[in-house]
Amino acid sequence: MSNPALRQPIGLKILSNGFLAFWCLVASFPILWIAVMSFKTPVDAFDSNPFRVIFGPHTRDTIGGISLVDIVLGLLLAWFLIRQAILWLPRKVAEYAPPEGSAIGWLVGGGAYAVVTLLLFSVALPTVLDFLNPLLGPLGSNILGLTTGHYEAVWVDRGFTRNFMNSMIVTSGVVIVSLTVGTLAGYGLARSDSLVAFWLLVIALVFRALPHSVLVSGYLPYFITSAEWLRPILGEAAPTLYGKPWAIIAVLVAINQPFTIWMLRAFFQNIPAELDEAAQVDGCSQFGAFRRVIVPVMWPGVITTGLFSFLLAYNDFLVTSLLLDAQNMTMVPAIANMFNRETTASDEVQAIAAAVSITAPLFILVLVFQRQIVSGLTAGAVKG
Amino acid sequence: MKSKTFLIFVGPSVFMMFLFIAAPLLSVLWQSFHVTQPIYEQVEVETCTPGLLGPVCTTEMKTRPLLDEQGKIRTETEFVGFQSYRNVLEPEKLREAIDSGSWRDLMNIRFWSALRFTLAFTMLTLPLVLGTGLLIALAVNNTVHRIKGPVIFVSLLPFIITPVVGALSIRWLFLGDGILTAGLERLLDRDIAMFAQAWTIELMMYMYRVWHVAPFAFVVFYAGLQTVNSDAVEAAIIDGASRWQRLRYVIIPHLMPLVIFLTLIHLMDAYRVFEEIVGFSASAHVISLQWLTYEFLLQDGTGARAISRASASAILTMIGIAILLGPPLRRVWREQRGG
Repeated sequence: MSNPALRQPIGLKILSNGFLAFWCLVASFPILWIAVMSFKTPVDAFDSNPFRVIFGPHTRDTIGGISLVDIVLGLLLAWFLIRQAILWLPRKVAEYAPPEGSAIGWLVGGGAYAVVTLLLFSVALPTVLDFLNPLLGPLGSNILGLTTGHYEAVWVDRGFTRNFMNSMIVTSGVVIVSLTVGTLAGYGLARSDSLVAFWLLVIALVFRALPHSVLVSGYLPYFITSAEWLRPILGEAAPTLYGKPWAIIAVLVAINQPFTIWMLRAFFQNIPAELDEAAQVDGCSQFGAFRRVIVPVMWPGVITTGLFSFLLAYNDFLVTSLLLDAQNMTMVPAIANMFNRETTASDEVQAIAAAVSITAPLFILVLVFQRQIVSGLTAGAVKG
Repeated sequence: MKSKTFLIFVGPSVFMMFLFIAAPLLSVLWQSFHVTQPIYEQVEVETCTPGLLGPVCTTEMKTRPLLDEQGKIRTETEFVGFQSYRNVLEPEKLREAIDSGSWRDLMNIRFWSALRFTLAFTMLTLPLVLGTGLLIALAVNNTVHRIKGPVIFVSLLPFIITPVVGALSIRWLFLGDGILTAGLERLLDRDIAMFAQAWTIELMMYMYRVWHVAPFAFVVFYAGLQTVNSDAVEAAIIDGASRWQRLRYVIIPHLMPLVIFLTLIHLMDAYRVFEEIVGFSASAHVISLQWLTYEFLLQDGTGARAISRASASAILTMIGIAILLGPPLRRVWREQRGG
């Protein structure tokens, strides 16, 4: 700030930055803390002394842990891999993949990189460390108790893998369908100033306010008996909608539609209408103009909206817990079900491991798409 | 755009919203006035057991559900008027509670205690969320450019986390002798059990919600702060306005439309409070309106679901949100027409 009158007194600066530091601590602490807890035995995880939770003496004595050498080497390897991913990987992808296939190039490159990373951490690093640790005396002895047992229990024994697959099916279905339907509608609404368009938007806003339990009370009886009332139309193949992932996809898409069309409309309004008018002058139909002119430039808005559709579907509890049966349960209702039985302390830590597993993809999502999320949050608001 | 092309573009979306939002709404309204029950019949059953002097027979009257040709239980649906609403609202108990002036009795009726919590939750978290969001936005705006990115990253974490998981993560910090409970106990020098009584659970739910939504308010306010007219700020400085006066008379009026926007969104979302009840396992102590509907929809011991009562409670919930959103929406409407 060049204006001297805007310069701040030192006290205010300290106050404001202090508050910011405090907020960052509050914002991240619960998430970091459950991540730490998930690697400890129940005794350590629920200890009232924070240092015992971090260092996990009980975990170290009963199960094992990692030494100073492990930590240093692990961090070095992680730092090296992240550096390579940022600097080296994009160059290689650009070198080998043709420009029009860059998405596939990234998919292949990223996938290969992920496999190499996994191999390095799960096979190469432990082998080296098993050899090194005994040689280094006190440096090589375990100081930090650590166990991945709870993750194994959740993912292998409790079948969380199946819940994860269900979550992926539901989420990707919702994102794809919701964007396809919403993009068309958002574009139509942005390019029309008729009264119908205005009222559609108002009605969508009203729908946005509806509590989801209201809608679910409407679906539930029909979903359970759908085989009966669909029989006259579909014959013997009439399905029971209750418990079917694709029925949930349709429901979540519809619930998400009001928000999606408002947001996409805001993005399409930012694309000048002169663009498609010019294409129409050159002989394109409205659809041709949409396909040839708008589709190539709409991706930033569509990706941002897609992120929010993803969050809605991924985070949903109410709809999925009421309309899905046990076999098709997604991750979030599954974790809530872990508390229905008599929960022991070790169940509790397993639930923590499941919670961290659910949060990890979201963490990566923010890491990669921070800018899009921020622009999406402000898109609706700043335009009014 | 021609109206036919417009219809083709908007058609799929409108169709989905009609089928999955508008139609269920109508059916909920219908369900709330009707009850579907299995039909029972009274039959005389003669059971005979072989005895010493020939079979001994007893006859008794039994009630059993009527079956159709495929062996399924036959059900009948009848119009019950406002009976389901009465079952949810429990007007007799309400009158008794009011007559005796006992708040405890009133809170023993599930609907009214759910309404009390939902409204308190919505109204108390609103100023906290707006205030915290504004403070963070001002602080981030004041700080050096380099750390803004990381701060925004950290701030987004509570916002994008799955609500149930977020509530659980706070719960685990307090559970049993969790570190925060232990810290509080040391600070206050007394024994604390955060999950033993209603008001501490409620307090944690408020805290969780502020933690969860303040980042949204922050990001919106922060974007608004970038568009503050610097001429107006400079003019205020020349006129001798203090830092506080600039905030009060220049910046906050500039952010006012955003405050209205956030208020609307917050009223809609906080009124739907539900995941907190799941995450904190609060249903024995405090419930919300959405939870009430959810509970009716769950299968009870006999495998039946109280669809009619759920629908009545859903309709009542909807009436509530309509009343709540009325004033701010009317204000937006007037401004839109004025502008």
